[in-house]
Amino acid sequence: MVTRSDLPLRVINSTPEAILKAKKRAKRSFRQIRTENVFKRTLSLMGLVIIILVLGILLTLIVQSLPSIKALGPKYLWSKVWDPVQDIYGAWPFLLGTLLSSFLALIISIPFSIAVAIFLGEYHPKGWLPNLLKNTVELIAAVPSVIYGFWGLAVLVPIVRSFESSIGVEPVGVGIFSSSLILAVMIIPYAASLGRSMINLVPSHLKEAAYGLGATRWEVIRSVVLPYTKSGLFAGILLSLGRALGETMAVTMVIGNTSLIPKSIFAPGNTMASVIANEFTEADKPVYLSALIELGLVLFLVTVVINLIGKKIIDRFTNE
Amino acid sequence: MQASHIKYRLGKSYGFQILTYILAFACVVPLIAILIFIIKAGVTKINWHFLVNIPKPVGETGGGIANALVGSILIIIVASIIAIPIGIMAGVYLSENRKSRLAYWCRLSTDILQGVPSIVIGIVAYFWLVKPLGKFSALSGSAALAIMMLPIVVRSTEETLKLLPDTLKEAALALGMPFHRVIFKVIIPVGISGILSGVMLSIARITGETAPLLFTAFGNPYLSTNLTQPMQSLPLLIFNYATSPYNEWHDLAWGASLILLMWVLFLNIFTKIVTRKWKVQL
Repeated sequence: MVTRSDLPLRVINSTPEAILKAKKRAKRSFRQIRTENVFKRTLSLMGLVIIILVLGILLTLIVQSLPSIKALGPKYLWSKVWDPVQDIYGAWPFLLGTLLSSFLALIISIPFSIAVAIFLGEYHPKGWLPNLLKNTVELIAAVPSVIYGFWGLAVLVPIVRSFESSIGVEPVGVGIFSSSLILAVMIIPYAASLGRSMINLVPSHLKEAAYGLGATRWEVIRSVVLPYTKSGLFAGILLSLGRALGETMAVTMVIGNTSLIPKSIFAPGNTMASVIANEFTEADKPVYLSALIELGLVLFLVTVVINLIGKKIIDRFTNE
Repeated sequence: MQASHIKYRLGKSYGFQILTYILAFACVVPLIAILIFIIKAGVTKINWHFLVNIPKPVGETGGGIANALVGSILIIIVASIIAIPIGIMAGVYLSENRKSRLAYWCRLSTDILQGVPSIVIGIVAYFWLVKPLGKFSALSGSAALAIMMLPIVVRSTEETLKLLPDTLKEAALALGMPFHRVIFKVIIPVGISGILSGVMLSIARITGETAPLLFTAFGNPYLSTNLTQPMQSLPLLIFNYATSPYNEWHDLAWGASLILLMWVLFLNIFTKIVTRKWKVQL
């Protein structure tokens, strides 16, 4: 840091004006140093604000869900009936709905996002068409989820309904399957862009060695590129899953919103996020409200763990 | 035998290449379908009346979305005023203190904050601002959106400033500049392009957020500019009207969707072009 040790030397053997001047200068210097310290402290304070924010979120969720944790206990999570009118609360329908819709979405989206990653990372890393594809795929993440929901309601749900009647299940249209389709579209960019950057990191000498041994393009991808990037691809898929679990609006609009346990993937249901969005402002009893918040707490903890594991894997992968 | 085997392997290779091409370009189809559909459904609804009037009651045709437009803009401005200074300062802190323990926890918190589902932030904002004040308010909505903005601003600021050469800062310090002036006059001006891109991206992201506003700004069928009262915003209007059974309201929602989508896409594409021009790494 800068120190101003030259100040006292000049003050010695001077006229009164010079002393005054030097004093003023010293004062200004000290003021600047003080400003500097205050500034530095403000910076750390802002860093602290973010930590406090996260802790505050966690604490608020825990404190507000205490009534339901006390009243319902841990069996709340696997009780199968949700009936606020009768004061019966069980989160299993929503946990199941969340897991079903998210994993279905993941299964649908994985081939597409990996295809994008391979296309951009391996086949065509440069050029205008790949660039266009890359930017377009990134724009998929930019479209607001409420618009996905509206579009799903107006376009996708009728298509799903006719599909359902053609395969002979009850044609509802709205339901877990529809929301999985929408979710699948929404989460493609996360795994795709991460996968692309991971595939870019594959050392070219490995690939060249495989080509030198006479491997075809596909064999190189299958036995060099994919094994090398598998932890990175896994991290991308984890981050996509985290997105899918917490996605609220699009799911709320197309999942059908019933609190019954979904009988099949075509049945209407509810996810944790969608039940909060639907019933939070209607919850009139303290335990009801707090049961909803407990769902939020579970959602928060699960997404935090998933995201942190994903980030850890990425960090380890890029530091190697 | 040998030749046919090689042919088979090459065929398989080409087969998978073509499959990859098809799957990769299939991803674009939904986006284009959404764009075309929304433009088709929305473009006939948008006219001057649509922009300056507030929604009419059910049964009357016409009406507009002026309340949602004004509300969205106000909520976003207040959210930006809260989030941008904190975000940039925290980002500067993280890039200046790369190894300290506080910085480690701060970085971790930013990562966590980035992944928190938006509905959870809505719940928390409800308990922090709506319940103590006793009513839904635009201010609480802004606070919720500010929390969503923060991690993006912090991250982009940190990543941009990390790339600046240390010599720049050292030269300024060697001239006797105090630290805060080095930050404000040298570091931030040099990195402003990256910081601004992050800010624009974060605004694009919160413009379309609905879930945190459900229990905070709540929505309002009338034009309101009072920050302590419930306020309408574009995504809320789309959600409420899209799930209503009335055709007139659907029409309003389509028009609003088109405006929202165009605004968000414009911000994203603009940021992309600017980042490429300024050669920023985000």
